[in-house]
Amino acid sequence: MRIIEAASLVEPVRRLCLRACCDLPADVENALVVAREAEQEGGAARSVLTQLIENARLARQKQRPICQDTGMSVVFADVGREVFIQGDLSAAVDEGVRLAYTEGYLRKSVLDPLTRVNTGDNTPAVLHVRFVEGDRIHLIVAPKGFGSENMSRVTMLSPSAGVEGILHCIVSAVRDAGASACPPVVVGVGVGGTMESCALLAKRQLLRPLGEPAARKDVADIEREALLRINALGGGPMGLGGATSALAVHAAAEPTHIAGLPVAVNMQCHACRHASEEV
Amino acid sequence: MEHRLPVPVPEQYLPALRAGDVILLSGTIYTARDAAHARFADLLARGEPLPVPKGACIYYAGPCPAAPGEVIGPCGPTTSKRMDAYTPALVDYGIRQFIGKGARSAAVNASMSGRAVHFAATGGAGMLYATRITACEPVAFEDLGAEAVYRLTVEDFPAVVSFDLSGNDVYALAVNRK
Repeated sequence: MRIIEAASLVEPVRRLCLRACCDLPADVENALVVAREAEQEGGAARSVLTQLIENARLARQKQRPICQDTGMSVVFADVGREVFIQGDLSAAVDEGVRLAYTEGYLRKSVLDPLTRVNTGDNTPAVLHVRFVEGDRIHLIVAPKGFGSENMSRVTMLSPSAGVEGILHCIVSAVRDAGASACPPVVVGVGVGGTMESCALLAKRQLLRPLGEPAARKDVADIEREALLRINALGGGPMGLGGATSALAVHAAAEPTHIAGLPVAVNMQCHACRHASEEV
Repeated sequence: MEHRLPVPVPEQYLPALRAGDVILLSGTIYTARDAAHARFADLLARGEPLPVPKGACIYYAGPCPAAPGEVIGPCGPTTSKRMDAYTPALVDYGIRQFIGKGARSAAVNASMSGRAVHFAATGGAGMLYATRITACEPVAFEDLGAEAVYRLTVEDFPAVVSFDLSGNDVYALAVNRK
């Protein structure tokens, strides 16, 4: 048994919030560079991608946020079974978020849904805990902007809808999102489970290395076909017309009920931000 | 080919703008997003003036706070559609230029057609935009923090004409071209 003081997680969470907001993962930046080559010289799409690449470099160099929407802080904690957390994990995560957003000059975007009164420090975080092998805690912080989150959806398909139904859910979600989701998007897809578990499954797919296909062949086939259809829509970067509306589709499947085929589509803008650390 | 334009774009230039034109704006713009628009609506309902002058250009944005030494924090556009409910009244009031991202509703396009234009800024390029803003001054609703109305001085602020005076909508053109 390894004892970890909850308070010792404040600093890693703070650090990860800042790193995630300011440092676009290299695989995402590379994908933007590749996408730019597919767009016409002098056109709006190419100009947008040039700006996004320059933006990512500026943000990293100045250690300031890529985007003013520094998101809701979604925190994934994979806790080793041999770890005993002494103290309040959730309070420690919130304290890390509070420090990053107040002392780090990030935008505080979290408020009460009815009164619309801002909490003032971007807390509470959305915390997802799961238990894994080992004696360590794997922390991932993924700030989620709401331009794209607003365009996400869960559809409870009839099993008869099959793979074609799943593809329709994915492609129509991207089409309907238009420029609001800040394309080129990354699309997280969760198939199966229950209404809420497929949504979380979809969100977890946004954390995968960009463009790496799913291990299951039938799932990888859905990813590839969905990406082809999305990029055939023509919306392109920021919806202004172009070849790349999505950088990647990441899907996963989990067992569901005989009567159901839940499909969650979690839309992620091109600022596919996440940072992780082992404690 | 990028066109350099003053902002607010002088009225006589507006008819020449075409959906899809890549532009660089220099001049003065005013930020306003969800909460500020709700207050605009209250002011208009009471027949009171807005804190934004007629003829101004409104930018749908809510920046990060400025870090020491910065004029403003990252400040890219937010989704224009969320302001749709308020926009026709603002066009009637005399606001004829908007900067945001994404398509507007049919009702907003109808109210803008022949009277107002919409410019698309690049979502997610907040840090780049911060470097094109040379002054930032709060104008109204400071209690709203990031959602307050700020007057920004901009230089070579990149955008694309997304809705022109003839009613051409770049978002519709993009998906219909295929």
